[in-house]
Amino acid sequence: MESKTLHPAGLTADMTTIELMAEPLRAGGWLVSEAYAPPARRPRTRGAPPLVRRLLIASAVAYFALVVLTPLVAVFYEAFRKGAEFYLASLSEPDALAAVRLTLILALIAVPLNLVFGVAAAWAIAKFEFRGKSLLVSLIDLPFAVSPVIAGLIYVLMFGLQGWLGPWLSAHGIKVIFALPGLALATIFVTVPFVARELIPLMESQGKDEEEAALVLGASGWQTFRRVTLPNIKWGLVYGAILCNARAMGEFGAVSVVSGHIRGETNTMPLQVEILYNEYNFVAAFAVASLLALLALVTLVVKTIVEARTHEVSAR
Amino acid sequence: MSSHPRRRRGVLPGFNLALGFTLVYLGAIVLLPLCALVIRSAALTVQQFWDVVTAPRLMASYRLSFGASFIAAAINTVFGLLLAWVLTRYRFPGRRIVDALVDLPFALPTAVAGIALTALYSNNGWIGRYLEPLGIKVAYTPVGVLIALVFIGLPFVVRTVQPVLEDLERELEEAAATLGATPWQVFSRVIFPVLLPALTTGFTLAFARAIGEYGSVIFIAGNMPMVSEITPLIIVTKLEQYDYTGAAAVATVMLLVSFSLILAINALQSWNRRRYTRQD
Repeated sequence: MESKTLHPAGLTADMTTIELMAEPLRAGGWLVSEAYAPPARRPRTRGAPPLVRRLLIASAVAYFALVVLTPLVAVFYEAFRKGAEFYLASLSEPDALAAVRLTLILALIAVPLNLVFGVAAAWAIAKFEFRGKSLLVSLIDLPFAVSPVIAGLIYVLMFGLQGWLGPWLSAHGIKVIFALPGLALATIFVTVPFVARELIPLMESQGKDEEEAALVLGASGWQTFRRVTLPNIKWGLVYGAILCNARAMGEFGAVSVVSGHIRGETNTMPLQVEILYNEYNFVAAFAVASLLALLALVTLVVKTIVEARTHEVSAR
Repeated sequence: MSSHPRRRRGVLPGFNLALGFTLVYLGAIVLLPLCALVIRSAALTVQQFWDVVTAPRLMASYRLSFGASFIAAAINTVFGLLLAWVLTRYRFPGRRIVDALVDLPFALPTAVAGIALTALYSNNGWIGRYLEPLGIKVAYTPVGVLIALVFIGLPFVVRTVQPVLEDLERELEEAAATLGATPWQVFSRVIFPVLLPALTTGFTLAFARAIGEYGSVIFIAGNMPMVSEITPLIIVTKLEQYDYTGAAAVATVMLLVSFSLILAINALQSWNRRRYTRQD
């Protein structure tokens, strides 16, 4: 009973609570698109007649094109509406550059912190038994269930001028809300679960025999972690990190609440998109948006590659 | 094996450090701030709280948020099932690309989705221009809210149903077909009952996500009070008016709804599990 069998798409049969809330990007999970193809098609004709089959495929693809594809294409079309020169000019605006810089800084703060948290949480949860474990797992997933607006609001209530610590902070000249620390906190909040929920099922399925063997053979705890555990979970780490990064860079609602929208200072890229759009500067808004759309595409590509890798590893 | 937790804990190092760090981190980032929210709204008397959260403008926003989220989740349940089915059962050119891009609504920043959908569905947009002569207005109406929620909800249904479909024992279908069932009978009597828990879970996930959604909706909604204003936007509006307590009260209501949905999803999951075990 030690290792839970991973469901084809990384869904374990006993997934608790809202673990599923974040499933979409992840699912596809440890078994990959190859797995969707039943091995060497059985030559039997079965199921719906060919006409129905074609109709089903056509309507599914049409729905997909209408709902998912057109918005994606529209982003790039609108961004290049006034030509490549205008596009590049929009992106090299000082405010746009400042937004890119801030977004990168936020990701650089949130992703490493949540990586460390994810490894620590997964180590405790996957390798040990203790009371209240399932409650802890649910708590880790909690940020997925909370509206992003609420994620921002809670920090305003803590650190805002009318908040708990507001008077003390302003007396000491520390700005949290409408400044980098508030943005970082909101970003960390919405991305807390990504790495942990990636690693927990992975490390649970690997068990702890290898670590115990290393320890018995005289390795120190740190050596065991570095030489045994880390190589085993590296693809899970990459996977969790790219999802965490995508969300950290793209988060809108939570940072919008704590940002104050100060141009060139507290505007992240998604907020810059909003400001430009509301000023009817559509092409520039879509230019910045196209960078974020590219980020999403790159994320999906890396995700597919990592899945293929883990598939190879598990097939070996 | 798990009957000797204490002895096993002794073998691997780092338990206290890892758990301690986890708890402190979670407490500081997640739990403490959420407590601040609940305590803030507890500053109101019960009567005041009730008046805030049942104000007409809020009631209208609940109707919109819950109504549009429900309809969007229902639409995605139908088409999500169709997509999952086609992706698992049929080979066709571009299948892998469709499969990878199904997650796009999850990976695309919500603000980007918001402005893209608005551009598509406004009067002179690619899609809006064909709807306008028909008298259908999408952008800046409640229908726009629905469109945005349909976009963000799609992956939840597909990715919940897909693994179940892959795991389905083909032998059952073949047996049914051998016994003379038509393809439609095989689907409705054999496949659909097995899929039902996953479909319901996918629906609930899409619904839960849609209720809290903000970024993709506010651009296309028009945000007219009483007409196209969603509940999360009211929280933001209250904050901008420095009505922190009011914002906290509305947020508390939303949190309660989210938690109930989590419980519902949990229950659905165990239903799903029972289904599986009974089948085995």
